[in-house]
Amino acid sequence: MKKIFSRPECLKPTPFHYCPGCGHSILHRLVAEVIDEMNLRGRIIGIPPAGCAVLAYDYFDIDMCEAAHGRGCAVATGFKRSRPECIIFTYQGDGDMAAIGTAETLHAANRGENITSIFVNNAVYGMTGGQMAPTTILGQKTTTSPFGRRSNVEGYPLKITEIISTLPGAAYVARTSLATPAKVMATKKTIKKAFETQLAGLGYSLVEVLSPCPTNWKISSIESFKYLEERLELEYPLGVMKEVTTEKGS
Amino acid sequence: MNKRETILMKGADAIGEAAVRAGCSCYFGYPITPQNEIPEYMSRRMDEVGRVFLQGESEIASINMVLGAAAAGVRAMTSSSSPGISLKQEGLSFLAAMELPAVIININRGGPGLGNIAPSQGDYYQATRGGGHGDYRMPVYAPATIQELYDFTMESFDVADIYRTPVMILGDGMMGQLVEPIIVHEREEIDLPPKDYILNGAQERPSRIIKSLILDTREMEEHNWKLKRKYDLMRTLLPRYEEFMTDDAKLVIIAYGTAARIAKGAVKRVRSNGLKVGLFRPITVWPFPDEAVLSLTKKSKVFLVFEMSTGQMVDDVRLAVSGRVDCEFYGRPGGIIPSPQEISRIIERYWMQKEL
Repeated sequence: MKKIFSRPECLKPTPFHYCPGCGHSILHRLVAEVIDEMNLRGRIIGIPPAGCAVLAYDYFDIDMCEAAHGRGCAVATGFKRSRPECIIFTYQGDGDMAAIGTAETLHAANRGENITSIFVNNAVYGMTGGQMAPTTILGQKTTTSPFGRRSNVEGYPLKITEIISTLPGAAYVARTSLATPAKVMATKKTIKKAFETQLAGLGYSLVEVLSPCPTNWKISSIESFKYLEERLELEYPLGVMKEVTTEKGS
Repeated sequence: MNKRETILMKGADAIGEAAVRAGCSCYFGYPITPQNEIPEYMSRRMDEVGRVFLQGESEIASINMVLGAAAAGVRAMTSSSSPGISLKQEGLSFLAAMELPAVIININRGGPGLGNIAPSQGDYYQATRGGGHGDYRMPVYAPATIQELYDFTMESFDVADIYRTPVMILGDGMMGQLVEPIIVHEREEIDLPPKDYILNGAQERPSRIIKSLILDTREMEEHNWKLKRKYDLMRTLLPRYEEFMTDDAKLVIIAYGTAARIAKGAVKRVRSNGLKVGLFRPITVWPFPDEAVLSLTKKSKVFLVFEMSTGQMVDDVRLAVSGRVDCEFYGRPGGIIPSPQEISRIIERYWMQKEL
C-alpha cells in the first residue's frame, strides 16, 4: 500500500493544545512540511513568541529558543549574526510583532537581517483571553474594546506588513490567509519562498498569515473562516507586497 | 597590539580589549553616556578581528541579541549605564532563567531617573538583588583600577561559561573614563564545561529547546531550587575582596569601586597621623564576601561604610556582622566624588566619637 499522507518529520507526535478551529495547528504543519521538503532540519532554529504559540517547541522537532514577548527579531538577530550558516525564523503573533515588539521587528527588517518572520495575525490577543490587538479592526469587539474598536479612542489597526514592505532591508514581504484550502496551500508556497529568500541571503523575509480565532472572536469555527475571508481580508489585503530577487551591495 | 605589554589605557577601552582577548564573538549595545567609548572601541576592534559588532535599536533589543548569541553558543556581551541597565533587566531575568552565559557592563551614573552622567554607586541594589523579576542572583564584580577592569572583564566570560549565568561588571563614570597604565595580556586557557545546550540546528542529534516557561508548579519549584544550588556554589567559590592595613585596625572603612580608591587615600592620610584604620574592599559585591567581613569583627570594633549613594551596600555589611560591631555609614550620592581629605575627616570624627 502506498503511503500518501503522514506527519511531517519536523513535528513531534504530540497532539496540539490549540483550540478547535485555531489556525496555529494548520500553520505549524505547513512550516514543518516546508522544513522537511527543503531539508532544513539540521540547520534551522525557530523562535516562538509569548502568546498562544509559546508552546510551539512542544510540537516542532527542531531546535527552538524562547524569546521574551516581542523580542523575537532581536533574539533571531543574535542567532543569525553568530551562526550565519543557520536558518533562523521567528513565529510571532500580532501583539508580539506589531505592539510590544514593533521596534525589534522594524529595525531587524530595516537592517536587512537575513531572517524570516512568520507573523500570525488573528486580530486579537488569544492566550490572555481575547483583549484588543494592534491589528484589531475598527468595530471589532474584544474584552478590552467592549464597544468595538473606535478610531478616536483606541486608534487604527496597524498594518505593520505594509510598513515593512517600504523598508529597503526587507526582501520578501507577503500576506496570506488560512480561510480556504487553496489559501492554505498558497500560504505554504509563500513560507517556502520566504525561506528561499533567506537561503539566498537576500535580506529580511516576512509572511503575515491571517488566521482564525473562533474562541476569542466568540463565533463558531465555520463562522470564523467566513469572518476571516469577509472581514479581515478586506482590512488586510492578501498578496506579495515586495520581492527582491538580487542581492544588494553594501 | 602585542601579546603582553604595559600601556596607558582608558577604562572603557580596557573593557573592550579584555573582551576581545577573552574571545567575545559578539558585542551588542546602544549608546548612553558615560560608556559610549565601549561601543566605539568595539565597533573598530571587532571589525579588525572579524567578529560581530552591532548597534541595537535599544538596550532591550541589545540584551536580547546577546541572548540569541549566547543560545547559539558564542561569547557575547553588552554594555550600558544605569537607565539603560534598567531596560536590560527583562533580558537579564531571561538569561538567568535559561541559564545562558553573558557579560553585562554597567557604568553606573547618578540617578534615579535620567539622573546625571557623573560617577555614582546608586545601582548597587539593582545589581546585587537580581534587578529583574524572579528568584535569581547574578555575579557582580566591582573593579577599582583599570587593571582590574581589564582582568575581571576577561575573567567574567569564564565565570559566565562555568556557571551558565549572566555576569555583571559594575563600574561607574570614573572607572570608564580613568586612564591608567595596565598590563594587557592574553586569556589563560582553562577547562570549561562543554556547551551541550546550544542551538545550531538538530543535525545528527535530537532537537533542543531553550526556554524559561515552566507551567508545572512542581517543575518550576525544582528549577528554582536548582538555580539556588548553583548560587550557593557561587557564594562559596566566588567571593573576592582586598584588605588594606586591616591587621591592627581598630576602625575599618568598607568601600568598593571608585569609593574604595578614595577611601584608600583617606586611610593613608589618617595612618600618617597614627590612627589605626584599615580598608576592606569587596571586589565581588554579589556574592558579598560576608564571611571575610564577619571575621574582621574579631579585631575591629567599628566599621564605617562609605558609598557614593545614600547607603545600599551598608545593608549587606550589617547583615554580615549581625550586630557584633558598630556599623556607621557615610554617603555622597548624585555623582559627587568626595576627596580623600573629606573621608579622612569623617574617619577622624568617628575615631573621636567612639573614643578609639
